[in-house]
Amino acid sequence: MKILVPVKRVPDPATTIRVMPDGSGIATDNVKWVINPFDEIAIEEALRIKEKQGSGEVVLISVGQTAWQEQLRTGLAMGADRAILIKADHPLDTLAIARAIAKVASDEKPELVIIGKQAIDDDSNQIGQMLAEMLGWPQATFASKVELAGEKCTVVREVDGGLETIAFPMPAVITTDLRLNEPRYASLPGIMKARKKPLNEIAVDSLGVELAPKLKIKTLNAPEKRQAGRKVASVEELVQVLHTEAKVI
Amino acid sequence: MGDVLVFAEHRGGHFPKTTLIAVNAGLEMARKRGGHCIAVLSGEGAPAAAAEIAKYGPSKVIVLDHPKLAHYLADAAAQALADLVKKTGAETVLATATAVGKDLMPRLAARLGAPMASEIIAINDDGTMVRPMYAGNALATIELDGPVRVVTVRGTAFDAAKPADSAAPVETVAPELDAAALKMEFVGFNEIKSDRPQLTEARIVVSGGRGLKSGDNFKTVLEPLVDEMGAAMGASRAAVDAGFVPNDLQVGQTGKVVAPELYVAVGISGAIQHLAGMKDSKTIVAINKDEEAPIFGVADYGLVADLFKAVPEMVEEVKKLKH
Repeated sequence: MKILVPVKRVPDPATTIRVMPDGSGIATDNVKWVINPFDEIAIEEALRIKEKQGSGEVVLISVGQTAWQEQLRTGLAMGADRAILIKADHPLDTLAIARAIAKVASDEKPELVIIGKQAIDDDSNQIGQMLAEMLGWPQATFASKVELAGEKCTVVREVDGGLETIAFPMPAVITTDLRLNEPRYASLPGIMKARKKPLNEIAVDSLGVELAPKLKIKTLNAPEKRQAGRKVASVEELVQVLHTEAKVI
Repeated sequence: MGDVLVFAEHRGGHFPKTTLIAVNAGLEMARKRGGHCIAVLSGEGAPAAAAEIAKYGPSKVIVLDHPKLAHYLADAAAQALADLVKKTGAETVLATATAVGKDLMPRLAARLGAPMASEIIAINDDGTMVRPMYAGNALATIELDGPVRVVTVRGTAFDAAKPADSAAPVETVAPELDAAALKMEFVGFNEIKSDRPQLTEARIVVSGGRGLKSGDNFKTVLEPLVDEMGAAMGASRAAVDAGFVPNDLQVGQTGKVVAPELYVAVGISGAIQHLAGMKDSKTIVAINKDEEAPIFGVADYGLVADLFKAVPEMVEEVKKLKH
């Protein structure tokens, strides 16, 4: 089975993000870049499916700049077989990114696309669902359990108030939630092997898909900081101030 | 011109507060775009829910009636809504960013070829919108181009719609669906039953973190405080990651965003990802033994203490208050 895993390069979640004073973006000096954590879970799930089936191919795909090779190599070191970088030197909106990935997916013909439920930089939570619609495939977002049987896929989803189970034939798109698995680290032999694995670049303009952004970010501002309050000395004092001062209990 | 379709989520005819929030945001959007707010429902129990929603201010309520819509599934719902957008000429489709809203709206946007803004927190008069990025460390002012646009709103950023003087008319529409393209099947729903208030609706939220050390301690130490305060229970991602509690309780960037009147963070260090989900709470209390913990940076009242001593004491103090 061939599984396509879209991967995004994002600032390390532990990085403190600062907005540039002119509102044009965030300061990227001293930012450590990593694979979006939910995409790491997607890579792990794809690798587990391949390992369980004893055959198959895990293909990574990114839409970004040359620097994104770094994260694709990390994914290859985890165990993915090859990677595709759709090179785009200007920022694209979610629709354009989904169109570019959908175009490559329609050529690659994977049985599954597994992708993180959201990227932790823009927090959009859109690409997987858009891909599914563009490809005309079923979608299972926020997956916490994936089971394959023949052509059929059953997914347990994390929804409000409980767990929902849905089933559908493949090909399909699955987006990963936190508890689906715990991603492996790249091993040293894995890192060595990754250097020789294929990483192909395709220019985004060569795909023939509509790219003009319909979503435009006009400015970026830092939110107002919440002021720290004060320390209380005891539980008794805490409950008193909540009652008499904050009047919340 | 400028009409807004609000996807009004309900379960078997009952709708959560997040649906009234969507209606209110839809009313604001329609007012600012010079259009009408139309609530849309589908699925089992939709007529009953429609009659209720009609009392909260929309100009019209539409029930989408089709056997394939009996239980919510993204592929069928996206087809039905896209068909309705074409029939009504609506400019905006809006939902609250619940699990269903997040699942459905991007698929709809792709079907319409429309841009989408996720989890907006404000609608400006000039048509731009504001949404948080980078776990709430940046607020982006964005613009969506084109004849149709899709939006989800953050539940904590808008008030719930209030009952209006009169009820709007309810209309039933049979959408045209390409049934052959619908391949998703609903198998089952395993509801997490709880007598406590919903996390996103509660007046008080008490959350536990890795400091609780085990799932058992959530039950024996934290839950008595949760119940004594009549609160909803939440958790940090670290506590979910460690397997102490289900993901459904996660408060933060990748879980639920809450803004209760009182948020009590117990044994939570206050990672950026957690703060993103609770820093708009009215009053924040932090109990942590590490006085350097970042959670104290946003807390109105901080108590540096061992939670295993402080929490049982707090249960007793809250009890005293009631008598």
